[in-house]
Amino acid sequence: MSEEPRTGVFICHCGINIGGVVNVPEVTECAKTLPHVNYAEHNLYTCSEAGLAAIKKAIKEYNLNRVVVASCTPRTHEPLFRAACKEAGLNQYLFEMANIREQCSWVHMHEPEKATEKAKDIIRMAAAKAALLEPQTEPEVDVKDASLVIGAGVAGMTAALSMANQGFKVYLIEKEKEPGGITQKLYKLYPTLADTSEVVEPLTKAVKSHKNIELMTSTTLKDFLGYVGNFNAVLTGPNGDREINVGTIIVASGASNYTPPKGLYQYGVYEHVITQRELDEMLGKKEVGEPERVVMIQCVGARKGEIRPSELEAFPKSDTAELLRRILKARKEEGWPYCSRICCMNAIKNAILVKETAPKTDVVILFGDLRVYKEYEDFYRRARDLEVRFIRQVEEVPPEITQTPEGKLQVMAYDALSGLEVKFLTDWVVLSTPLIPNKDEVLLARMLKIPIGTDGFLMEAHLKLRPVDTNVDGVFIAGTVSGPRDVSESIISGQAAAARASILMGNRKVKTEAITSVVDEDLCIGCGLCEEICPYGAPKIEEGKSKIREILCRGCGSCAAECPRRAITMRHFGDHQLLAQAKALLVPESLKEAES
Amino acid sequence: MVEKEFEPLIVAFCCNWCSYAGADLAGTSRFEYPTNIRIIRVMCTGRMDPTFVLEALRMGSDGVLIAGCHPGDCHYQKGNYMMEKRFDYIKKAVKSVGMEPERVRLEWVSASEGAKFAALVREMTQQIKRLGPSPFRLVHNPK
Repeated sequence: MSEEPRTGVFICHCGINIGGVVNVPEVTECAKTLPHVNYAEHNLYTCSEAGLAAIKKAIKEYNLNRVVVASCTPRTHEPLFRAACKEAGLNQYLFEMANIREQCSWVHMHEPEKATEKAKDIIRMAAAKAALLEPQTEPEVDVKDASLVIGAGVAGMTAALSMANQGFKVYLIEKEKEPGGITQKLYKLYPTLADTSEVVEPLTKAVKSHKNIELMTSTTLKDFLGYVGNFNAVLTGPNGDREINVGTIIVASGASNYTPPKGLYQYGVYEHVITQRELDEMLGKKEVGEPERVVMIQCVGARKGEIRPSELEAFPKSDTAELLRRILKARKEEGWPYCSRICCMNAIKNAILVKETAPKTDVVILFGDLRVYKEYEDFYRRARDLEVRFIRQVEEVPPEITQTPEGKLQVMAYDALSGLEVKFLTDWVVLSTPLIPNKDEVLLARMLKIPIGTDGFLMEAHLKLRPVDTNVDGVFIAGTVSGPRDVSESIISGQAAAARASILMGNRKVKTEAITSVVDEDLCIGCGLCEEICPYGAPKIEEGKSKIREILCRGCGSCAAECPRRAITMRHFGDHQLLAQAKALLVPESLKEAES
Repeated sequence: MVEKEFEPLIVAFCCNWCSYAGADLAGTSRFEYPTNIRIIRVMCTGRMDPTFVLEALRMGSDGVLIAGCHPGDCHYQKGNYMMEKRFDYIKKAVKSVGMEPERVRLEWVSASEGAKFAALVREMTQQIKRLGPSPFRLVHNPK
């Protein structure tokens, strides 16, 4: 190493998130004693402007050439701190993070002393790695100015149009014969009561006629290879397979409607027990007429049970597709644990529609909690003004449906406010059911390597900070594929995903991680094992030595682990750097001399 | 004097995309688990040179956990399969130096399995407590 490491350690209280558990001043004093550490301080919020300024100031003042921040997870905040290092003239790869929040204070909240000791260890390990870090440069790759949008529902079409209007070529594929997704099957939309066609038709028309959009229906993704900026996708449709090259991908493949199992609230037993979807269809066809009464039941198959760790524990070795298949099967009977977000408004909408055509019809909504937010509150009031009746239920006493000898339906329900049992004779019972994950999306997610959450929906890179990004660079999500959303929220996420993808395509270039393999040619014997195992074809034997083509290397490090001559190592995750972390933890300072 | 309960030290190698994220989620969800584990982040379990595990044990770790993406979910397509293939001979090597092979574990934890990660650490800590301190730990790190 050319320069003696001079490390600065910055320890974050994160308000009380870390500081409320870990004794930060004590940890800071400990950090000052670590080898190669020349400076240590603690801040209330290291990620704040003041915190970042303190890092930059200390780099200059103490001539630091390595920085360790002990705070949260590098998976969210590393880019921010790296940028601060860069601004102070330090190569961003001379930065290391010690995760003392997600992996320490938050999981050891009731053991402050042990958490403090653990935080010291985590920082000791990070500082040991930091001392061995080397500057790296990030290779730049070209971004193909074309995008693939999977799913031509409202979200997918919105995203496609947004990118096409900016001049990017868009391939829009849809597995059904026609675009429009599940939205087009709805009759009217809340809270405006606009016809669905008023939203869907202009979108469809614009998508079909846009010169930059190629819409392919009855088409699915068959195969996929490549990396951000340069994906090769094989599409399969009525005219056979076709390969396209795109820079970004937006997954907007939607969700499904939950169909209750036969017998749940007598669904499938009595003809007049239907779902909101079916009522919607009847309203569209003007088939509802003027019934005496309509009773709606909320949260059917939603907010039931918990997501149990045991559900996942039971299949520790199963793969994702198998896991989702089992979740879907179990949930069909049991229902889904989450709130589907749109059902309250959907029920109120259909109640209003019934009332508007048949004012004398008594509409009753049996609910546990009613979730109407923002201006939707007005919509709820409108239903109240139309004398729609809302009756609160408790989970322990679900309504019971029977049929009278005359063929009418009878609903027995418990009114939680009066504490009385109420009995209704009714013409229709309408069940409000959730949006649930779509089976086909699982295969898609596996192909694209997007993780799936325990609820079965595709997972965003970060729930709050990166809601339309995925863990795969260059691949974004929009619409209900990542959870229940209404039409306007789907449009927002479609626009958001398009904006995120357009940043990449507009810049035409993207910097990729510098974490790639390096071959020591003196050690390499040209056996070709690395060439054989690499999933990306990055290593190639030339003149008896392995050469890594950096642009293809994704940095997994499998070649480094497999190389029989230990001739390959990884940038930023070198053998010596990883082992230094273990050594810092396990071998006491006094024994380190003997150890090396 | 009451003898202090043995507190094992477990080194965990977690892959960046699934298990490290799963460990983060355990934190975000405030799922508590024992403090005995120290995580070293690797990009992929495919990166796991068997010598990392053996070295950690030699330096006195009471247990080593390798955690990666579920089969089929590897961010790099097949790194976890490559790790799985190595695992058998890692266990054999551990056994050949007279240590219990149960001190080394390979587990799959996805980015959404924070609860599973916490449960795993609880369970493994108990398991290592039952096995007692590593013989190498006594030489190197009597703390």
